[in-house]
Amino acid sequence: MSNASKDAKEQKKSEQKQQMKAYEKYVKKFTPSPKYFSNSVKAFIIGGLICLAASYTEEMLIARGFEKTEAGSIVTVLLICTAQLLTGFGWFDTIAKFAGAGVIVPITGFANSMVAPAMEFKKEGPVLGSGAKLFTLAGPVLVCGISASVIIGIIVYLL
Amino acid sequence: MLRNKLGKQTLLFRNRPEILGTGSVVGVKEGQGPLGKGFDLVLEEDTFGEKNWELAESKMLSQAMKTAMKKAGKNEDQIDAILSGDLLNQLMSSTFSAKDFSIPFLGMYGACSTMTESILMGCVLVDGGYADTIVAAASSHYSTAERQFRLPLEHGNQRPPSAQWTATASGSLVIGRTENPQFCCTHATIGKIVDTGLTDANQMGAAMAPAALDTIYRHLLDTGRDWSYYDRILTGDLGRIGKQILLDMVKNLGMDMSPAYDDCGVLIYDQEQDVHSGGSGCGCSASVFAGPIYKSMLEGSLKKVLLVSTGALVTTTSALQGESIPGIAHAVAIEALR
Repeated sequence: MSNASKDAKEQKKSEQKQQMKAYEKYVKKFTPSPKYFSNSVKAFIIGGLICLAASYTEEMLIARGFEKTEAGSIVTVLLICTAQLLTGFGWFDTIAKFAGAGVIVPITGFANSMVAPAMEFKKEGPVLGSGAKLFTLAGPVLVCGISASVIIGIIVYLL
Repeated sequence: MLRNKLGKQTLLFRNRPEILGTGSVVGVKEGQGPLGKGFDLVLEEDTFGEKNWELAESKMLSQAMKTAMKKAGKNEDQIDAILSGDLLNQLMSSTFSAKDFSIPFLGMYGACSTMTESILMGCVLVDGGYADTIVAAASSHYSTAERQFRLPLEHGNQRPPSAQWTATASGSLVIGRTENPQFCCTHATIGKIVDTGLTDANQMGAAMAPAALDTIYRHLLDTGRDWSYYDRILTGDLGRIGKQILLDMVKNLGMDMSPAYDDCGVLIYDQEQDVHSGGSGCGCSASVFAGPIYKSMLEGSLKKVLLVSTGALVTTTSALQGESIPGIAHAVAIEALR
């Protein structure tokens, strides 16, 4: 290919890219942005309430003679079970629509991300359905989380 | 010399293929929407008594086809072909519903533009004398589409305002040749793929709007008609955002189509129904046309309708690979001749 036609091609490409960028900008004018402020407030309140309830349960367990680490584990289990149960009843997504990060970021969101695909793919069988799809949402989070902790672990060791 | 082609992209149906009957079946949410009364059947439950969503969608589609055939007064033996499509891999809903009939079957795929693609190809068969009577249909189901393209239903998340809600809906038309045609498909315009470069799967309306404009503009150019020729220009599923974009783009061309223009995705739901930008899916334009719009044509309040189903050809693979979303739109002109 001669240089001239190559240049022309490249120029056309960059023009196209510019056009696409301009369209993206144009589209933004028509797209309402999410309600960041009210979403954050809702997430803060609901997330805070969950933490408060968890803390209160932990204190109660400790007062009844459980070790602090034991009490912590029990609270975690309770949070997971509650989220799973709510997902099973079909209420979790409604709550999450309202509370957003308030229930998605804590361990409740993790529990939901396991149960939701398990329910969704139940019809395809317990092994190749639920079994295979169980980690579709949680898997990437686990991989990234574990990888990050390994890397940080190495850094800490070397320091 | 092409006898039946106008301009660059438009087909002329000289033999006036006529709509003989329509059928529309929609889910619970669509039934509660502003058009609820216009559909033939509103489900009491989105499972439609089936054990999974996919079978439920197939059953809805079969039901829509049966209703259309019944209204047209045709039985299975009198139908020469079924042209149908949906959003699932291998057109699962369409092929499974076609099992109910022993009629030759052609699967159609144009993402959400499938309905006009089915009508267009069906009219070609009828007009060209390759078929006397055909069934054109399309379908979508919120739960099957979510599972294939997005997240599990029970997964908790927040959708952005530009997201759209896949309509649980099926629509079907029986099209045939008659002696004295009344409600006919007169023209159809095959759309081009228009790539806007948008990559956000939650911006489908915006990804499709330029394709819709391209097809409508080309249709008017090819037929020599004016924007005001049609009582109704209906796009498939641009949603609120896509609708505004299309209107603005037309305005920027120095033209105005707002009185006649609307979008099926905007019409099918109320803003309070938590659907964000509006409805989507092939069933959206299929059921809205086969139900309420055709009813208005029968009653005489609408005479000339341009149906422009719009499709965003996004796949889960291309989305993950960071590719843009190609848009397409096909137009069919449906006119009451008397």
